[in-house]
Amino acid sequence: MATLAAGKRRPLLRVHNLKTYFFPDEGTVRAVDGASFEVCAGQTLGIVGESGCGKSVTARSILRIVEHPGEIVEGEIRYLHRTDGREVELDLAQVSADGREMRQIRGGEIAMIFQEPMTSFSPVHPIGSQIVEAIRLHSPLGKREARERAADLLRQVGISRAEARLNEYAYQLSGGLRQRAMIAMALSAEPRVLIADEPTTALDVTTQAQILDLLRQLQTDLGMAIILITHNLGVVAEMCDNVVVMYLGRVVEEGSVDAIFHNPKHPYTRLLLQSIPSLYSEARVPLPTISGAIPHPYNRPEGCPFHDRCPQFIPGTCDRHVPELQALDERESDQLVSCFLYHEPTDERA
Amino acid sequence: MTVEGPNGHPLLEVKRLKKNFPIRKGFMRREVGAVRAVDDVSFHIDRGETLSLVGESGCGKTTTARCILRAIDPTDGQILFRPTEDTVFDVAQSTRRELRRLRRDMQMIFQDPFSSLNPRFPLLEIVGEPLLVNGMRSGRERQERVEELLRLVGMRPEYMRRFPHAFSGGQRQRIGIARALALNPRLVVADEPVSALDVSVQAQILNLLLELQQKLGLTYLFVAHDLSVVKHLSDRVAVMYVGRLVEMTDRERLFNSPRHPYTEALLSSVPEPDPRRRSQRIVLEGEVANPAAPPSGCYFHPRCRYAQDVCRTDTPVWEEVAEGHWVACHRGKELELAGVRDRLPMNTAAGNSTNPATNVTPAA
Repeated sequence: MATLAAGKRRPLLRVHNLKTYFFPDEGTVRAVDGASFEVCAGQTLGIVGESGCGKSVTARSILRIVEHPGEIVEGEIRYLHRTDGREVELDLAQVSADGREMRQIRGGEIAMIFQEPMTSFSPVHPIGSQIVEAIRLHSPLGKREARERAADLLRQVGISRAEARLNEYAYQLSGGLRQRAMIAMALSAEPRVLIADEPTTALDVTTQAQILDLLRQLQTDLGMAIILITHNLGVVAEMCDNVVVMYLGRVVEEGSVDAIFHNPKHPYTRLLLQSIPSLYSEARVPLPTISGAIPHPYNRPEGCPFHDRCPQFIPGTCDRHVPELQALDERESDQLVSCFLYHEPTDERA
Repeated sequence: MTVEGPNGHPLLEVKRLKKNFPIRKGFMRREVGAVRAVDDVSFHIDRGETLSLVGESGCGKTTTARCILRAIDPTDGQILFRPTEDTVFDVAQSTRRELRRLRRDMQMIFQDPFSSLNPRFPLLEIVGEPLLVNGMRSGRERQERVEELLRLVGMRPEYMRRFPHAFSGGQRQRIGIARALALNPRLVVADEPVSALDVSVQAQILNLLLELQQKLGLTYLFVAHDLSVVKHLSDRVAVMYVGRLVEMTDRERLFNSPRHPYTEALLSSVPEPDPRRRSQRIVLEGEVANPAAPPSGCYFHPRCRYAQDVCRTDTPVWEEVAEGHWVACHRGKELELAGVRDRLPMNTAAGNSTNPATNVTPAA
């Protein structure tokens, strides 16, 4: 399957046909059902979609922290693991989730920041000792040096009175400060990939602007790759180089941020963009809408997951065959779309 | 202050509203201070119009809305409500009996459609309860009215025997709206009505709210933090900061020629869903002031790029700087502030093309 051509650079992380299913007693939930994308150092990849589209499960699959009864059933997560000064390509889907390699990578080379920093910090330990713990897990520093490093990190993410803040508890910090502390902890092992899962959703717009600025600044300074997971299309437009649009566990479209926002091909991407009011759009007129609602995970439509809400639904095709993510055409290989408006069904699953 | 709207008296006039929450300390729970959640707020809403209250979390916008509904008792001030042209009630002073009558005319739509509907009641009882409470005894009549209400909000009347769990977030929000409209209210207070919904469902609810307003002549007070949504729905907008109003005017002026530096910064921090409009934003330093110990002078001065000495010492006056344009800023008349039309592009590469995907009107 084609994945996004990302220039000459070798991608740090390549996810190919990832499938993560959950097997509760009631049936199977195909939370991620064939996701493919890649990300290079210094780049920001946005994963957008609404609730239940599998964007968070994708992130958790990469870090191998999918909770029971979920498991990766298929696909590859190829990551350039740095070990003993060499780079080795490792398939994270195959390594043991609690083995040595994964423990080095998780929180070390690939770090994650979560949506709700209140629940991500322990409420009964000072934030300083939690950051120190993270540092010492991934480096040979002693307690005192680790504490100094923790204070440096807090300063780096723009927290004043860093030494004093180390002794404070999560509840003593405001939402914005807590998110900064979370970022500091994620940066403690100098990650090469930072996964940010809805990092600004719980914050006010002014604080959101501060945090986005900070992430951009840190990326410039440290050259890490960022995977930004969000439902906010404004944040995506602002931050990302490339975008993956997901719907019900599948990637429906993928391309450069400019292509996705200015030349969207998939009906879902188009409708999603049209249906959000903007500061520039005309006020108090009806907005174009997507009919219906996101289906319940047990009630997944057959064929293309979007077909029952799609205005360009082709009877006999969209409800029978599952579209594959393909390049739009030979020349425009940068933009991939999975929709029968652009290619014929290839599978025989009828 | 506010006197008459275009069609006679405004439906609602809030005058110098204050709400303090006491800070208690120690064994005897002595009152040692107060959080001024709402601090001298005045505005009006005309019949049939939509006023939005915007601001960051903790600025007092929800508290203001709750005072207006008398869900909590205001500390001071007047809330004049005129359900008809000739009747006026001060909601702040009304007795329980009066409130029972008044609450038919003012209803609320809640943020979270999952926690605001009782999971043990079928729709018929959820939407029909306000009818029963207000004296519609006949089950047949109630059922007919519920059918009518469900149709009004775009739901099939057959659903009325079902329970809330059978519905998606968007449908539940429709049910909440149907319940709010059951008694034909004049004023609908909507506290973040779409912020808990998925993007693709938000537009459906926004359209419904606009359609219902036209059909039923409703007056809306919106409480919201998403400025794109606020811009889409409002006729006028009031901006709050640490319990006080800092600016209030009609939609176009607020978004295109703001007069308060806080409004300017707020507008500038909204990320625009268009990569070609990535802009240089004004990033506010620091945090929202603590309403229990606000700074001296203008509450916004520690974060304001235009602050002068006077801002640190004197409280700015809430004044009308142009017809219908109220601002509380010492420099409100002189400053030239940027609106959304004046955003500075960060990279001029892709210039000024319009966006085919989002139907935006090009910046003038």
